Amino acid sequence: MTYTVRKFDAVIVGAGGAGLRAAIQLSEAGYKTAVLTKVFPTRSHTVAAQGGVAASLGNSEEDHWHWHMYDTVKGSDWLGDQDAIEFMCRKANEVVVELEHYGMPFDRLDNGKIYQRPFGGHMSNFGEKPVRRSCAAADRTGHAMLHAMYQRNVKVNTQFFVEWQALDLVRDAEGDVMGVTAMDMETGEIVVFHAKATIFATGGAGRIYYSSTNAFINTGDGVGMAARAGIPLEDMEFWQFHPTGVAGAGVLITEGVRGEGGILRNSAGERFMERYAPNAKDLASRDVVSRAMTTEINEGRGCGPNKDYVLLDITHLPPETIMKRLPGIHEIGIQFAGVDCLKEPLPVVPTCHYQMGGIPTNYSGQVVVPKGGKHSEPVLGFYAAGECACASVHGANRLGTNSLLDLLVFGKSAGETAVNDLKNSVKAHKPLAQDAIDRSLARVDRLNHQKDGADVHETRLAMQRTMQKHAGVFRFKDMLAEGVSRINEIAGQVAQTQIKDKSMVFNTARIEALELDNLIEVAKATIVSANARTESRGAHVRDDAVDTPETPDGRDDKNWLKHTLWYRDGNRLDYKPVQMKPMSVDTIELKKRAY
Amino acid sequence: MDEDRKARINRLKWHCRRALLELDLVFDRFWERYEDSLDEQGEAALESLLELEDHDLWALVSGREAADDHRQAAMIERLREVSPAANF
Repeated sequence: MTYTVRKFDAVIVGAGGAGLRAAIQLSEAGYKTAVLTKVFPTRSHTVAAQGGVAASLGNSEEDHWHWHMYDTVKGSDWLGDQDAIEFMCRKANEVVVELEHYGMPFDRLDNGKIYQRPFGGHMSNFGEKPVRRSCAAADRTGHAMLHAMYQRNVKVNTQFFVEWQALDLVRDAEGDVMGVTAMDMETGEIVVFHAKATIFATGGAGRIYYSSTNAFINTGDGVGMAARAGIPLEDMEFWQFHPTGVAGAGVLITEGVRGEGGILRNSAGERFMERYAPNAKDLASRDVVSRAMTTEINEGRGCGPNKDYVLLDITHLPPETIMKRLPGIHEIGIQFAGVDCLKEPLPVVPTCHYQMGGIPTNYSGQVVVPKGGKHSEPVLGFYAAGECACASVHGANRLGTNSLLDLLVFGKSAGETAVNDLKNSVKAHKPLAQDAIDRSLARVDRLNHQKDGADVHETRLAMQRTMQKHAGVFRFKDMLAEGVSRINEIAGQVAQTQIKDKSMVFNTARIEALELDNLIEVAKATIVSANARTESRGAHVRDDAVDTPETPDGRDDKNWLKHTLWYRDGNRLDYKPVQMKPMSVDTIELKKRAY
Repeated sequence: MDEDRKARINRLKWHCRRALLELDLVFDRFWERYEDSLDEQGEAALESLLELEDHDLWALVSGREAADDHRQAAMIERLREVSPAANF
């Protein structure tokens, strides 16, 4: 196979919030910067983020970054690194104000300051009472953010390569990174982007699950590429699930539906949440509701021909209330469930929403790996930010509105660190590692010539169903172990996928096969890591992790207060300590996570 | 399928990969049903819709807003008709 080489100071893969924010930093500093993206930047999945971005601006009431930090550590179930969390919460005001200067149309108070609203888990005075901390632009925060940052990038001459599929990281025998291989979807041409700095901002891989709120583009491309290049993946057992996705479709039904009086029912029509959470009932926290739903389904009280979902009932509410307070829900029911929710209940299941783990980084956005007896040594030339990265600020569970903050703070930080490295230490392009390029070309070549191989669609479906069943929101020892074997088998099929269409122009079959190569790495990392972690923490909840005074709610700090590192090579696990020491303040000491 | 049409359809299909899952699902069903029969007028109408921002496009597909252009409106009808609900 042939390829050409193009040289840049920096190459950024992904043009969602994190990639665009990093690119601003590099282009503003005058560095020749390429941004590769599968879809047009303003069609990145950041668009789907509606809730807002957290910052302790204190525009409506007193607030402090230290309180925000406390909430984030607690939300993470103490798995988040406290130095990175302090860094993020302290930087929040700065990045939000910068965004405002880029032209972000935040909602405003009468006095002209940014309007802030409350959001789950964000409290004042170290967990005392809810605080208004989220800055939003109506219900289009993510979208408005992308637009503001895209315009800024155009102004500072960032070079966009739109509809390019990144293939593999180019990493040499010393472990240094010098760019990526990529395919132009329009022509099928392969180009090596040779760079002094490579930044991954490729988003999450929510499509490993059958039921996912994520758009189809969320295939964990950067995470898969990093794994293939020998970079370990951190804390991949931690996925946030939303209790109410439309069964079979994944489309999110907002919590507001239960807030307005929606009731969850099993096949007997029973309001089962009364048994699991007698006080909060249907309004209990996300994880409690999700677990209860899974238990009902597992114990045979699910609904439908396969007994694999429960019902969200709002038929007792006045139609005017539904149409006025919950616009969009009626249409979603009709479009994706074939149900008129004014007359019939909606079928719902716990649905994968957000990837907490990812490519390990420090708070400077450098990718870090164990090396020479140290657990977090930077990989030269390689940076990552946003959902694909694990800084780790979300730990075992992310707070709402911290994802947009994460991509702004660490997008900027990764860009800033790359600028400093380019200025001070990395003056020239390191020669390309030919063997890494050859391996990447061989992967595409294998796919192009595979005969009697596996069907991409069927193999992906098998992976998604296995992940949903064996490593979903509520996890069981035997199911996990069985799931590991099943996913390993499916990985064997992924290595032999076959495409019938061999055309060069926008060959979507080829793109989907290449995406599946990335998804399967994430699926393996997730299920192997989850199988090994024998406690419950945050979003990782196991049936066999018992609630004792030493292990409240199954959380076992003595044995499991540590980050998982999964290596593709040999499906191997390693661990590293959680950074309990913040940058400047005292450690937020361990205690039971209760609200 | 001739090579030119195949390339055009493949390009359109990729442009149907959107930021919102709602739209991905609608387009997935649309292609299952209309890939073979989509004529050039339909291609043009679809292409013009794909230029829209995702939230605006979803407002049209979900019926909250109406398309001004009659060709676009006809295509929106087809997208609504093949929404997953139609399979129940």
